[in-house]
Amino acid sequence: MAEPLLRVEGVCKRFGGLTAVDGASLAVEARRITALIGPNGAGKTTLFAIISGFLAPSEGRVFHRGTNITGTPPHLLARRGIARTFQLVQPFAGLTVHENIAIGAHLSRRSRADALEAAAAVARMVGLGDLLDRPAASLTAAGSKRLEVARALATEPELILLDEVLAGLNPAEVAAMVPMVRALADRGVTILMIEHVMQAVMSLAQHVFVLVEGRIVAEGAPPAVVGNPRVVEAYLGHGAAARLWGAAGADAGGGPTGGGPAGGGPAGGGDA
Amino acid sequence: MLSPVILVAAVLNGLLTGAVYALVALGLTLIYGVLHIINFAHGALLTAAMFAAFFAHRLFGLDPYVAAIVLTPLFFVLGYGLQRFIIGPAAHGEDRNILLVTLGLAVMIENALLFAFRGDTRTLNLDYAFDVVDLGIAFLPVVRVTAFAVVLGVALVLWLVLSLTDTGKAIRAVAKEKLGAELSGIDVPHIYAVTFGLGTACLAVAACLLLPTYYVNPHVGNAFVLVAFTIVVLGGMGSVPGALAGGLFIGVVESLSGLYLGESLGQIGIFVMFILVLLFRPSGLFGERA
Amino acid sequence: MKIAPILIVIAALATVPLLTASNVVLNFLILALMIALVGQGWNVLGGYGGQYSFGHAAFFGTGAYVTAIVQMRYGVDAWTGFALGIAGGALTGAAIGALTFRSGLKGSYFALVTLAFAEVLRILASVAPITGAGVGILIALDLRPQAFQFQSRAPFYWILLGLVGVSLVIVRLIEQTRFGAWLVAVRENEDAARALGVDATRIKLVAITVSAAMTAAGGAFYVQYFLFIDSGIAYGPWISVEALLAPIVGGIGTVFGPLLGALVVRTLGELTKLGTGDAPGLDLVIYGGLLILVVAFAPRGLAGVLSDLRGRVARLRSRMPEQAHG
Repeated sequence: MAEPLLRVEGVCKRFGGLTAVDGASLAVEARRITALIGPNGAGKTTLFAIISGFLAPSEGRVFHRGTNITGTPPHLLARRGIARTFQLVQPFAGLTVHENIAIGAHLSRRSRADALEAAAAVARMVGLGDLLDRPAASLTAAGSKRLEVARALATEPELILLDEVLAGLNPAEVAAMVPMVRALADRGVTILMIEHVMQAVMSLAQHVFVLVEGRIVAEGAPPAVVGNPRVVEAYLGHGAAARLWGAAGADAGGGPTGGGPAGGGPAGGGDA
Repeated sequence: MLSPVILVAAVLNGLLTGAVYALVALGLTLIYGVLHIINFAHGALLTAAMFAAFFAHRLFGLDPYVAAIVLTPLFFVLGYGLQRFIIGPAAHGEDRNILLVTLGLAVMIENALLFAFRGDTRTLNLDYAFDVVDLGIAFLPVVRVTAFAVVLGVALVLWLVLSLTDTGKAIRAVAKEKLGAELSGIDVPHIYAVTFGLGTACLAVAACLLLPTYYVNPHVGNAFVLVAFTIVVLGGMGSVPGALAGGLFIGVVESLSGLYLGESLGQIGIFVMFILVLLFRPSGLFGERA
Repeated sequence: MKIAPILIVIAALATVPLLTASNVVLNFLILALMIALVGQGWNVLGGYGGQYSFGHAAFFGTGAYVTAIVQMRYGVDAWTGFALGIAGGALTGAAIGALTFRSGLKGSYFALVTLAFAEVLRILASVAPITGAGVGILIALDLRPQAFQFQSRAPFYWILLGLVGVSLVIVRLIEQTRFGAWLVAVRENEDAARALGVDATRIKLVAITVSAAMTAAGGAFYVQYFLFIDSGIAYGPWISVEALLAPIVGGIGTVFGPLLGALVVRTLGELTKLGTGDAPGLDLVIYGGLLILVVAFAPRGLAGVLSDLRGRVARLRSRMPEQAHG
C-alpha cells in the first residue's frame, strides 16, 4: 500500500495527571477529505496541535510522506506544505483582510506586490474579494472563518488541517461554507478536518476517524462510522445504541447497514 | 570553612530578611494572581511607603510599628484608587497598555519623591534598632524577629480574609475565572481594585518593618522589588504559599552568598539570578498574560 | 518607494543651522534628534515587532561606552570607534534577543528581563575599571573633523540628521518588505504567524539587532557630542523611558512617530526645566504622566490623532457637494 500523505502513529499526550491523547493512530490519504470527529474533550484539537507542531507528543510519531516530522516547529511544517486553521480564529486584528492573507502568500513570494496580488486572488476564491480593505477585526463570524481558511490557503499547502471551521455558524452560513471546502479538495488540497457539524461530515468526508477519550475507536466511510454503536454511545451515552435500534441492532453493528434508522445516523449534529 | 555558629546565624538572619521579601512578594503575587498584571509600580510604591513611614516619625514622632496602623489602610485606599481610577480605565483592558501605565506610574512616583526629597539617603535612629535577642544558638536583632512575626501574622490574616470573607471569596473567584465571576454578579473592577489595594497595603506593612534598620532614598524600593519578582516567578505567579516559601528561601540564599561573596557582588547577584530564573523557569510558568 | 516625504523633512530640517546661529536652538534640536534616533530603534522592536523593551538603555549605553573606550583606552580613531559602538550595540541586542526569545519570553516578562539587563549593565559599569567605575569616561578634547569633534554645533547637527534620515529610510524599507510584513504579523499574533510559515524567533532576533544598532548609534553620538559618559547616563532609566516615550507619543509603529514624539517630549522637558530650575526628577514625573495620558486617550499617538483629523476632514469634504444639491 502506498504511504499515506500523513500518518499519525501511537501519539500520546499527557498534561501532568491528565491524558489528553492516549495512543491515537490515523492515516490521511492524499487528495481526500478526511474527518476527525468525537465528543467534546476527546482530544481532537490537542492532536491537531501535535500534528501541526505546536505541541510535542509525550509518545508517538507523526509522518509526512514517510518522513518523521514529530516535533518539527509550525513554520517549518508550513514550508513543507502543511497548513492549519485555528478553532478560535486568530486574525491579525490590526491588519486588513488583504494584509492578513498576504502574510500567507509571502511564504513563497518575496515581493510585497506579488504577495498582495496572490492574496487578492485567494480572497476572491473564498468570497472575501469585496472585503479586502476591511480591518480583519470587523469581520463577522462567517467572514472570520473564511479569512482563516484564506490565510492558510495562501501558503499553497498540500495538506490543510481545518479545526472546526464550521463552528459557530448558522445553517445558512454552513451551507455556504461546505461548497468552499469541497472546492479546496477539488483543487487537489488534502484536507483533515475536525468537525462537529455532522451534515457537513457526511457530505464532505470520504473517510472518518472517531476519537473518544484520546483513542481512535472507529474509522471508515461516514455512514458506517455513524452507524457504529460504539460511536453512538460515545456521543449519546451508554446504552444509547440499544435504545435507538433495539438490542438486536446494537449487537449486529447497528445503524443503516445493520437495520437501524435510515439517513444521516443518530447524532445528526446534535452534540455540537 | 566557616564555623557552624556563623552559618546558623547567617541562615537565621536570612530567614528573617526573607520574611520581609516574602511580604513584598506577597503583594505582587496577589496582584498578578487576580489581575494577571505585573505591577511595575510595586517598587515605587514601596519607596513611597517607606518615605511615608519615615516622615510619620520625623513629623509626628510615630514609631514605625505604630505608623503601620495608620499607613496600612491609607495605602490600601491609595492602591484601590490607582487601580480603579487610573490603571483600569487607562489601559482599556489591553495587556500592552497595562505594562505602559504601570511603568508610567512607577516613573512618576519615584521621580516625584526624587524631586521632593532629593536623592539623599536618610535613616531613622531608633534606640531599639540594635537590640538583640539571645536565642541560644544565635543572637538575632529584635527588630528582625518582630518583623518575622508580623509577616506571619499578615499572611495569616490574608489567608483568613481570602477563605472566609465574601470579598475574599469573590477575589478567589475572579482569580480563577473572571468571566464566570462577572456573570455571577461580582463587580470585577471593584475586586481588582480591592486586590491592588491589598497588595499595596502589604507594602505599607513591609515599609514599616524595614524602616528601623534600613535606609530610605528614592531608589530603595527597586532593589526589593527585583528580589520580589524573582521570588514570585520562582514560587509560582499567583501562589501565596509560593511567595512565602520563596521569600524565605531567597533570604537564606542571599545571606549565605553575602557571607561568601561580599556586599557589592550581592546586588548584581540578585539581578543575575532574576534573569536566570526568567530564562530557565520551569515550563509550568510559561506565557506572558500581562 | 515613498521616501520623498523623508527627504523633504530631512531637507527642511537641514536648513535650520543656515537660518539661525542660536546655540540654544541647535542644542535642543540635537538632543531631540538623538532621542528620535534612539526612539526609532525602540520603534522597530516595539512598534513594529510588538516587543516592548523597558531596558533600551542597554544598547544606548553600550554604544556610548564602546565608542569611548576604544578611543581612550586603545587609541582607535573616532570614526572607527563610532562604527564599533554601533556594532557593540547590535551584538548586545543579538545576545539579549537570543537569550530571551529562545526562552519564549514575551510581554511583561520580556519587559522585565530587559529592565534587569539594563540594570545589570549599569551596576557593572559603575564598578568596573574599564568603564571608569564611578567616575565615568572623558573623551579627550581634539577639535578636528577626523576626531569626530567640531568647533561649532552645525556639523554635529548635520551628521546626526543624516543618521536620523538613514533610520527613517530603514524603517520605511522594513514597511515595504516581506521582513516587515512578517514582523508585524508576529506582533499581531505570533502563533498565527508561525502557522503561516514565519520563523518568529528569527524575525524577532533580527528586529532586536537592528533596533539595538540604531539605539547604539544614538549612544555613540551622545558621547561624541558631550565627550563624557558615566553609568547613570549610559544605562540609566532616563534613556530607557525616553526611548519608548518618543515613539508612543509620536505614533507607535509609524515611520515619523519617534521624530514627532521626540520633539514633543524634549520640548516638555525643556519647559519643565525652565519652570523649576535644575531639580532632578520633575521632567520624568511629567514623562510618566504623559505616558499614561497618551495610552489612555491617544494610543496611536500624535500620528494617530493627525490621521483621524485628516479622515474627518475628508468625510466633511465628501458631504459638501450633496448639501449643495440639498
